[in-house]
Amino acid sequence: MFEAILLTVSMAATPLLLAAIGELVVERSGVLNLGVEGMMIMGAVTGFGVALMTGNPFIGALAAIIVGALFSLLFAFLTLTLVTNQVATGLALTLLGLGLSGMIGESFVGQPGVRLPRLDVPFLSELPIVGRLVFSQDLIFYASVFLTFGVAWFLFYTKAGLTLRSVGDNHASAHALGIKVIRIRYLAVLFGGACAGLAGAHLSLVYVPQWVENMTAGRGWIALALVVFASWRPLRVLAGAYLFGAVSIGQLHAQALGIGIPSQLLSALPYIATIVVLVLISRNRRLTMVNTPASLGRPFVPDR
Amino acid sequence: MDQSDPGQTEALLAVRGLTKIFGSLKACDNVDLTIGRGEIHALLGENGAGKSTLVKMLFGSLEPASGTIFWKGEPVRISSPAQARALGIGMVFQHFSLFEALTAAENIALSIDDDTPIMKIAERARSLSKAYGLPLDPFSHVGDLSVGERQRIEIIRCLLQEPELIILDEPTSVLTPQEADKLFETLERLKGEGKSILYISHRLEEVKRICDRATVLRHGKVVDHCDPKQETAASLARMMVGLEVQNVTRDVPARANDHRPLLEIDRLNRKPATPFSVALRDISVTVHAGEVLGIAGVAGNGQGEFFEAVSGEALQERADTVRVAGHTVGRLGISQRRLKGAAFVPEERLGHGAAPAMRLSENLFLSRYRTDAREYMGAAGTIRTGRIAAAAKRIVEAMDVRKSAEDPEASALSGGNLQKFIIGRELDREPKIMVVNQPTWGVDAGAAARIRQALIDLARSGSAVLVISQDLDELFEMSDAIAVMHDGQLSAPIPIAEATYEKIGLLMGGADVAHPPRPFEEEAV
Repeated sequence: MFEAILLTVSMAATPLLLAAIGELVVERSGVLNLGVEGMMIMGAVTGFGVALMTGNPFIGALAAIIVGALFSLLFAFLTLTLVTNQVATGLALTLLGLGLSGMIGESFVGQPGVRLPRLDVPFLSELPIVGRLVFSQDLIFYASVFLTFGVAWFLFYTKAGLTLRSVGDNHASAHALGIKVIRIRYLAVLFGGACAGLAGAHLSLVYVPQWVENMTAGRGWIALALVVFASWRPLRVLAGAYLFGAVSIGQLHAQALGIGIPSQLLSALPYIATIVVLVLISRNRRLTMVNTPASLGRPFVPDR
Repeated sequence: MDQSDPGQTEALLAVRGLTKIFGSLKACDNVDLTIGRGEIHALLGENGAGKSTLVKMLFGSLEPASGTIFWKGEPVRISSPAQARALGIGMVFQHFSLFEALTAAENIALSIDDDTPIMKIAERARSLSKAYGLPLDPFSHVGDLSVGERQRIEIIRCLLQEPELIILDEPTSVLTPQEADKLFETLERLKGEGKSILYISHRLEEVKRICDRATVLRHGKVVDHCDPKQETAASLARMMVGLEVQNVTRDVPARANDHRPLLEIDRLNRKPATPFSVALRDISVTVHAGEVLGIAGVAGNGQGEFFEAVSGEALQERADTVRVAGHTVGRLGISQRRLKGAAFVPEERLGHGAAPAMRLSENLFLSRYRTDAREYMGAAGTIRTGRIAAAAKRIVEAMDVRKSAEDPEASALSGGNLQKFIIGRELDREPKIMVVNQPTWGVDAGAAARIRQALIDLARSGSAVLVISQDLDELFEMSDAIAVMHDGQLSAPIPIAEATYEKIGLLMGGADVAHPPRPFEEEAV
């Protein structure tokens, strides 16, 4: 029973973690992409459709990554090359994604999906409890954990990561040092899109292997909140994703047990927690200074 | 004059016919410049003369439209800062190009083009900082450091690349006199090691003191090459501005007839409004009729917070904390304080002193619709555009504001001209009290002289003028007394006859000579 609950928690947390870790890299480079929900749902519909047509869920997941990245490329072109407003463009991307996916997925509704198989890690998967929870999962779960630690290492222990953070902190200074600000931001946005696409594929290939319109159901927004909640630190995103995952699962169990907490309150918890965290970190000047990308959302036009 | 041939080997850097065009403006027009080995070469010019553009081309941040750069006699094309660094050109930027969220060592690592591990960089930075007497902790976050410390990081970052030519863009504009002296020592030492320095400044005394040669730019063109030690400050200024800069004259104030206190501030305290601002502690100061009081201080010691409190952007707890011409105004806002006869000019011209996208006449109306309601507004709240246009024209003429259109948007004016308009807008009301923050920041010498003279004339006509500035030369030129703000506290005013650069500089650095310990604190112990 306990193990089953933990499994569902990790199931709920994985798409949040993936989308959030991608958005974290985007925001660390100084770009605010509010289109996470749209990129996720595009990934979900693509993943489901391609898996259905080819019969191969791995190709479906790969297609979801590519479509997520392409979708974010649209955002990057608009905001970075044409210097449109990032907030408005991001919102438009979400609305576009929700509409477009509904249209593409019309014929998928009600069709039985293809589930991404579990991959057992030899020997380790036979360990008690941990074995089933951590080493007998699907590929996307492994990717989410690997990416989290990978991003943490990249951001804080490599020169390229330092360059990315510098662009997010002060793009004018970075430009003066000869760092290619726009190129780095393009790459970051593409990475974020790929992660969101894969997160969407997790929903339609693992979580509920079928296509339902609007099936992301606000998870993109939770991922965005999660980045702030984690104060732009990758390992805190991991903790936050599992916390928010647990809340959403706990909410289901609470309802089943007839515990009288309104489900709306529980669904609002991630956002309330984010606001509390925002208030807490904004009271601490050093925390804000060190972690918040100072150029977040500010457009950059080089003078050349 | 002493132009050496670019083919000659003694010149480290030679520039011939360098031109850069932005739209219709020739920011640099056929510029020639030669820098020898082991010399400190000054690049002089007013704001907008093309100094920064020229330097950016040398450092590869901008691409020249035409012209050639010779490095050690060889023609080179510098298309990126990395390339400039590889040649041996290092740069210390004017508005520091540092990242506040990163540590000193990380900042340095970003400008090193290979993948040297951060610990190694920190080690080298530490030993270099010791060697040059520029103490620095490589693991401190830049956001926690003072301006002087930040400049040290820039210099060490530059030195780590072992450059042969170091470009310094207005390095002393943010330093205390003592910090500047320290910088000059370092520069002399670098020169002794055979390094060349291109020193950009518009501070003439400094240039005369440390530079071997100078190139003067005006409107993008080279006006002259000269030896600054042979010139006087006046002759250098003449080259920069193109005409005689009028000396500001300051008569001894007419003490006898009227010396009433007009602006009185009594134990002003203010908690920091944001995590980034400074707390004001027990500031008391009085400005009398006919007097110019200067407030000196390094940027970020509470001057902005003080200005907000005096102007009424931030209200005080006690109404009698601020008195304007005898009225207690501590609980009143800006317009109310203006109605009592005060005028305010904030530091930031665009966005604070003027609405950038609005016309000059509209900006005039915005600041005076309350004080001159009768004059500028009709019965039903309509705007009397004719009268406002006439007033705007009067101000433009009085302050010699140069503009390209009849009634341009504020953002279309150059910094100096907009500042002249904003000051003129307030002077036009003949205020009893004038509070100005950084009156000539980023303003060229001609306009600055005009603004200073106008403020002095206002005081001599019987008003009280309070000038907050980081430019000590300006304060010494204008003020009857100078007080120093440090860490949210204000020293007692020092009469100009007793004030010296050294005295003021020490106070700016935080030496607490003007604040004797208060008795009740001793009792508490």
